[in-house]
Amino acid sequence: MTENDEASSRLTVADRSPPAAIEVDHLVKVYKQTRAVDGISFTLPPGSITGLLGGNGAGKTTTIAMIMGLVLPTSGRVRVLGHAMPEESAEVLGRMNFESPYVDMPMRLTVRQNLTIFGKLYAVKNLSDRIAKLADDLDLTEFIDRANGKLSAGQKTRVALAKALINTPELLLLDEPTASLDPDTADWVRAHLERYRKDNNATILLASHNMLEVERLCDRVIIMKRGRVEDDDTPEAIMARYNRSTLEDVFLDVARGRVNGVREEAAR
Amino acid sequence: MREAALHRGLSMHRIGAMILRYWYLLMSSWPRLLELLYWPALQVITWGFLQLYIAQNANFFARAGGTLIGAVILWDILFRGQLGFSISFLEEMWARNLGNLMMSPLKPIEFLLALMIMSLIRLAIGVIPMTLLALFLFHFNVYSLGLPLIAFFCNLIFTSWAVGIFVSGLVLRNGLGAESIVWTLMFAVMPLACIYYPVSVLPGWLQYVAWSLPPTYVFEGMRALLIEHTFRTDLMLDALAINAGLLVASFWAFLALLRSAKKHGSLLSSGE
Repeated sequence: MTENDEASSRLTVADRSPPAAIEVDHLVKVYKQTRAVDGISFTLPPGSITGLLGGNGAGKTTTIAMIMGLVLPTSGRVRVLGHAMPEESAEVLGRMNFESPYVDMPMRLTVRQNLTIFGKLYAVKNLSDRIAKLADDLDLTEFIDRANGKLSAGQKTRVALAKALINTPELLLLDEPTASLDPDTADWVRAHLERYRKDNNATILLASHNMLEVERLCDRVIIMKRGRVEDDDTPEAIMARYNRSTLEDVFLDVARGRVNGVREEAAR
Repeated sequence: MREAALHRGLSMHRIGAMILRYWYLLMSSWPRLLELLYWPALQVITWGFLQLYIAQNANFFARAGGTLIGAVILWDILFRGQLGFSISFLEEMWARNLGNLMMSPLKPIEFLLALMIMSLIRLAIGVIPMTLLALFLFHFNVYSLGLPLIAFFCNLIFTSWAVGIFVSGLVLRNGLGAESIVWTLMFAVMPLACIYYPVSVLPGWLQYVAWSLPPTYVFEGMRALLIEHTFRTDLMLDALAINAGLLVASFWAFLALLRSAKKHGSLLSSGE
């Protein structure tokens, strides 16, 4: 086999393997004097659930916004489902979706009207069947013809999740998906997300302050602090490295700057 | 590849979805509907009576029947056309829904086209009853202008869209703190567009500014039609050429402001 043949065979194998769901490469975002994101890199394989952890101002939301193309990076590169963002966003926006506390669904429209509009925007086939299935799965049937503004916080979150799932996305970006939910509803939402990932081999990137949620859902955790990646591993490996039994304790170590001491202690 | 192909080019489906979204909103709120009718009706009644009074006391206005009321109707097409465009856009800002739309496959051009169609719908709801009021109360039939009315309407609506696209871009970039521009910018055009008086009234240097605005050509054209019974095709073609330039410039400005909003993270914090 010649060198060229070998190279061509390697290329064919690489072509066959699906592209990473998200590739973030030396991503930087500077707002005036503030480095909100400071040279982070990570790659998420298809079908994974990754938690993005960090305190307020750690750069989680800006990172997610750059992945979505809502914020332009100062430097660095983002690829989503094999396409450069935001240059090739038209190729992927229909295959991904998101939920964030920074946006709302129109309040005067009913749940059904909102889902109909977003379903049409995402060119969902058999839209009424899809809405009926989501209403059934997410328990929306009782209030599907009620205006969104008249729903409780928990009901609104479920509607926002239904919107995020309307196009059966391959990639789901969630920013605080269970904030303002009571423990029972939050648990129910987590179960639904787990099921969705399993059934659709979807990739989920989840920014959260809820450590129990991240421990339960995520097979990988990226901890951010002041715009940088502080740690990146499985929840178990991170807890072992910091000699802690919960991610909450790890989070406090990182937030309070006890990282080096704790790591050295764990290594001893 | 199929999905990729799905998102290339313009999609009537997505434009239709946005029109449906604004239609649902309009139908869900009677105060919104009432507001569309209220101001145009108030305008035509006030100016209609003023025109009657002046016509009884001045020979020129008696001959030039309808110039005031015609001007009010055409001004409303210009002003309400822009408001119809901009209010639909502001609804997204007020509802904090812009992020959802920008993250969806909806393209900026599709969004703008939906806003244009919506401005026509809102305009029809407000202006058609206004023209009927003018007919029944003051015996002024704007439709008797015939084909020239179409030329006037097209030129005015193109200007209103150009202004609407530009101010929407400003709000997108600067947040709701810039909302007042939506309501006031068109009034800056008002004295220069010579709605109620001929361009010759203006000082010489200001006439150059006036002739750079397409509505000036329309109002001059309307006066020529009502007073001299002449349709000035040249004026309409000049207005159309300037409008084409304005529309291209406003699209470009909108895209530049959208890019700037993404650069500064304004889409995540679209409040004040």
